[in-house]
Amino acid sequence: MHYNWDWGVFFHSTGIGSEIYLDWFVKGLGWTIALSLAGWVIALLLGTVLGVMRTLPGKVLPRIAAVYVEIFRNIPLLVQLFVWYFIVPDLLPEGLQTWFKQDLNPATSAFISVVLCLGLFTAARVCEQVRTGIQALPKGQTNAAYALGLRIPQIYKEVLLPQAFRIIIPPLTSEFLNIFKNSSVASLIGLMELLAQTKQTAEFTANLFEAFTLATIIYFVLNMGLMLFMRWVEKRVRVPGLIALGGK
Amino acid sequence: MKKLLPLCLAMSAVFATSAQAEELTGTLKKIKETGTIVIGHRDSSIPFSYLDASQKPVGYSMDLSAKIVDAVKKELKMPSLVVRYNLVTSQTRIPLVQNGTVDVECGSTTNNLERQKQVAFSVGIFEIGTRLLVKKTSGIKDFADLAGKNVVTTAGTTSERLIKKMNDEKKLNMNIISAKDHGESFLMLESGRAVAFMMDDALLAGEMAKAKAPNDWTIVGKPQSYEVYGCMLRKDDAQFKKLVDTALSNTYKSGEINTIYKRWFQSPVPPKGLNLNFPMSDELQELIAKPTDKSAEQM
Repeated sequence: MHYNWDWGVFFHSTGIGSEIYLDWFVKGLGWTIALSLAGWVIALLLGTVLGVMRTLPGKVLPRIAAVYVEIFRNIPLLVQLFVWYFIVPDLLPEGLQTWFKQDLNPATSAFISVVLCLGLFTAARVCEQVRTGIQALPKGQTNAAYALGLRIPQIYKEVLLPQAFRIIIPPLTSEFLNIFKNSSVASLIGLMELLAQTKQTAEFTANLFEAFTLATIIYFVLNMGLMLFMRWVEKRVRVPGLIALGGK
Repeated sequence: MKKLLPLCLAMSAVFATSAQAEELTGTLKKIKETGTIVIGHRDSSIPFSYLDASQKPVGYSMDLSAKIVDAVKKELKMPSLVVRYNLVTSQTRIPLVQNGTVDVECGSTTNNLERQKQVAFSVGIFEIGTRLLVKKTSGIKDFADLAGKNVVTTAGTTSERLIKKMNDEKKLNMNIISAKDHGESFLMLESGRAVAFMMDDALLAGEMAKAKAPNDWTIVGKPQSYEVYGCMLRKDDAQFKKLVDTALSNTYKSGEINTIYKRWFQSPVPPKGLNLNFPMSDELQELIAKPTDKSAEQM
């Protein structure tokens, strides 16, 4: 293959102000982290609420949560993003629509769409894990809590969720890493996160392989770091002997 | 040098018949051995290279690539040469030419210095100016009117680089949106997220022709750059490049280029049967009169 390698390309000037291409990667990484963390907050909060709803007694609430999960889990992420970015704003009232599309900085409106999209999509997955975590606990936990006279909110807050979360830390770690990788869909609506900056560098320099190699390394290192962090969290919160699955 | 090139090309045409005696190398050797030539094409570069209603690649650049195929058939004496079409995107086109998946890519690829480090270009097949597509009622006449506004351009294009640079140097405070392809850029414009779309004028005419109400739109502004499109070939393959350049130059010299141009820029084109009404620019006429494989910045 006739390829002209040039690893120094990241230090070349972009021709815009005094920027070098490496600056683009740094900026892109910043957006990627901001998008993912904001999305993760939504996913974790909403996912927990939905997960609890799925395990509640009665029919209506569990069913609502189940429908939510099926909708958000079965539609491709990219399709959801286009819905949030292109279709939902058009359904807003006139004034709000103009504000969202024209007055807001385009990067801000794209950011809002991506965070909503990632957060709501991942919430469906977090919901299922929270549900599994709760259902993995022996039935006796709930019954004992009832016998002690706890109300339902107390049962979840004091008994079920603290144990369930400890059980599901490993799969939650996967979701946490996934949201960072999934945030790359933002590049398709013009938000200059890591993948968008990589593509731009590749196009501007024609040094495609160097650009994508650097992006691969950045994603890998970032995700390794997050994984080690989550492992540390898992160890920190472990309660020895309390959960057969979680303890040694 | 500018004057010498057509002469060289004419001479190479004369000697083309004797080329068969030469040993085949590079791409021509590969084509001879496999009995197949692979043409790279795009899916939405209207009217250069895009898919028609039956999903067949068509367009101005595809007609020119057919001329190249004819020349290869003649040169290799292979009338039943198989022509395979391979879809490329702006991200895949360079590596696919380099790694041998695609033998020649004719689309809307700008010949520039960065790309010349990776691939070779044929003589230019088109020349564009980078301008703005705006709503007629917007009152925008030129780039200076864009201060403080949202402007969209397609990611990875020269327009993106130019407008970001202009924004930085002239402190225009524009918000620049980089959409993933021309179709999405136009969607941003049509849905009111941006007031102007900066791109190659010929492609803007193509997008305008696709609009719900083509008459609402107009192309304005002084061109910020001129760019030459070329067909991409593998580097250091003089034999194949000579054949490609000769095939294109002959099409220019015979005047057949005018028929091809009229077909795609001044007549109704698929898929919607719209006419781009885009007369040939002085720059393109100049390029056709004096074919060159230089990029615009080298001319």
